[in-house]
Amino acid sequence: MSTQNLKIAIVIVCLLALLVLVPMGNSFVVLLATRAMAFAILAMSLDILLGFTGLASLGQAAYFGVGAYLTAYLANYYGFGLKWDFWLMIPIGMAVGGALAALFGLFAIRATGTYFLMITLALGQCVWGLAYRWNSVTGGDNGITLKGGRPQFGIDLTNDINFFYLTFAFFAATLFALYVLIRSPFGKSLLGIRERELRMRILGYNVWLHKYIAFIIAGAFGGLSGVIWAHANGIVTPETVVLTTSVDALLMTVLGGAGTLVGGAIGSAIVFGLREYVSTLVPWWQYVLGGVYVLTILYLPSGLMGIPERVRQWRNSQKKRETTKMTTAPSSH
Amino acid sequence: MSDQTSDVPVLELRHLSKNFGGLKATRDVSFRIMGGDRKAIIGPNGAGKTTLFNLITGIYPVSSGEILLFGKDVTKWQSHQRTATGMARTFQVTSLFPKLTVIDNVLLAIEGLRPTKFVMWRFQSSYKDVYDKAHRLLEQAAFLDRKDVEVRNLSHGEQRQLEIVLGLASDPKILLLDEPAAGLSSGESTEMAHFLNKLDPKLAILLIEHDMDVVFDVCADISVLHFGQLIESGTPEQIKNSQRVQEIYLGTG
Repeated sequence: MSTQNLKIAIVIVCLLALLVLVPMGNSFVVLLATRAMAFAILAMSLDILLGFTGLASLGQAAYFGVGAYLTAYLANYYGFGLKWDFWLMIPIGMAVGGALAALFGLFAIRATGTYFLMITLALGQCVWGLAYRWNSVTGGDNGITLKGGRPQFGIDLTNDINFFYLTFAFFAATLFALYVLIRSPFGKSLLGIRERELRMRILGYNVWLHKYIAFIIAGAFGGLSGVIWAHANGIVTPETVVLTTSVDALLMTVLGGAGTLVGGAIGSAIVFGLREYVSTLVPWWQYVLGGVYVLTILYLPSGLMGIPERVRQWRNSQKKRETTKMTTAPSSH
Repeated sequence: MSDQTSDVPVLELRHLSKNFGGLKATRDVSFRIMGGDRKAIIGPNGAGKTTLFNLITGIYPVSSGEILLFGKDVTKWQSHQRTATGMARTFQVTSLFPKLTVIDNVLLAIEGLRPTKFVMWRFQSSYKDVYDKAHRLLEQAAFLDRKDVEVRNLSHGEQRQLEIVLGLASDPKILLLDEPAAGLSSGESTEMAHFLNKLDPKLAILLIEHDMDVVFDVCADISVLHFGQLIESGTPEQIKNSQRVQEIYLGTG
């Protein structure tokens, strides 16, 4: 169990380092970190499905988008969520994300494997279609620009550093909440479903219900990340809910390591970093990102978080080879 | 009639049939198991033994007939609802959670029938009663020293044993064992038979097994299944001496 505590300690140190170091950087770094953390919430919510339940969803952008659009719409047309009522926007965004997942889950949870992937993709594209075509509400291709800026309630969130702290708080809270979830009896049941669904049914679990609840939880946290994203970005367009966003979230999770929770956050940091940095250097930056994805899936199927385990295995095999050498050496003489 | 519950069979099949397209995998099977009964179903490969288990546990829907657990008609119920009445089963092909540790496997099995399985705001490790029970179960099966080993690293024989531990974790009143001795050496089979005989005598067992030593050692009542049909039932002696059973096993049936 001490390795578990060590891991927790490392995560906490990394979080504190983030909290201290990022505000020292320039405004570009602060905004980049803010966006990466907002998106990391989405990636971690997806990891609950992908890594812990074994459901590869390609529609996570739907809940993200709904949270973001609702935030932008209410702020622009009703001025809602720009003062202290921003704190109401958070549970509203989560409820809407969760409610949409509750609806979509009715269709999606029946399927498994590739079929689940296809259905979530199709449902996600429905939301994108709505965002693109429902001009009167979503502003169509132009999207919605948050004219009122970020919320102000004593704390001025238009200040990027303040907004960074707020995003950090939600990021850390999500990490904590989902960590408790995965170690809870319910979280363990998701692992069981991932490993052997039939056995879980025979053990008395209503597998459908457990998956459905997990789907809704993932949707709710997707909605949360959308609310923050809307304010981080200042504009919400169909780009926010397009398939690429879902794919990004999925690939980030795989890149960092599915089933590790923090993997999604690491993946998000790397992708945002690479995208912003490499795109200033070369026009073909997307190939770099694509190459990173391909290499990860080929050589590190368990993601970056799987590296320590890889190293341990490699060391063990080295040790074994040495011991067999030692035992066989005298006999050859 | 003072003790009503003891008169109700824990499991009763009435004219159970199952067709897969044109194949009649189960034909008109009826039997009753009372509390504490130890019954075996034997039969050549492809006789429909595992299909019968899959019907009883609700993995396949039945084509016709009824399944009663503790007097209740569960024919239309889902698997997890049937388990909740007090039934458990093991699988012929080991169906554990390979990437989880031994103790996590057992914890999942114990939580299966508890309402706390939906709790998501407390660590599993904070449920001391569940942990104590897992320890007790592993101690009985002499597994405690390996509780933190990932199940995929256990030997085949150990995995077969753990299958049964998982089956017992929900405190069932009837246990369905699908070839518990499959792939075991003869020494391990004998051990398995001892293990089964040591279980609570009030627990009813329905056993599918190819290893006749295990069957004769554990069960007092044996039924023979052939092409989905029960063709003979009786004590081990009767079955051993039955002309029809010998014909089936020697291929002249």
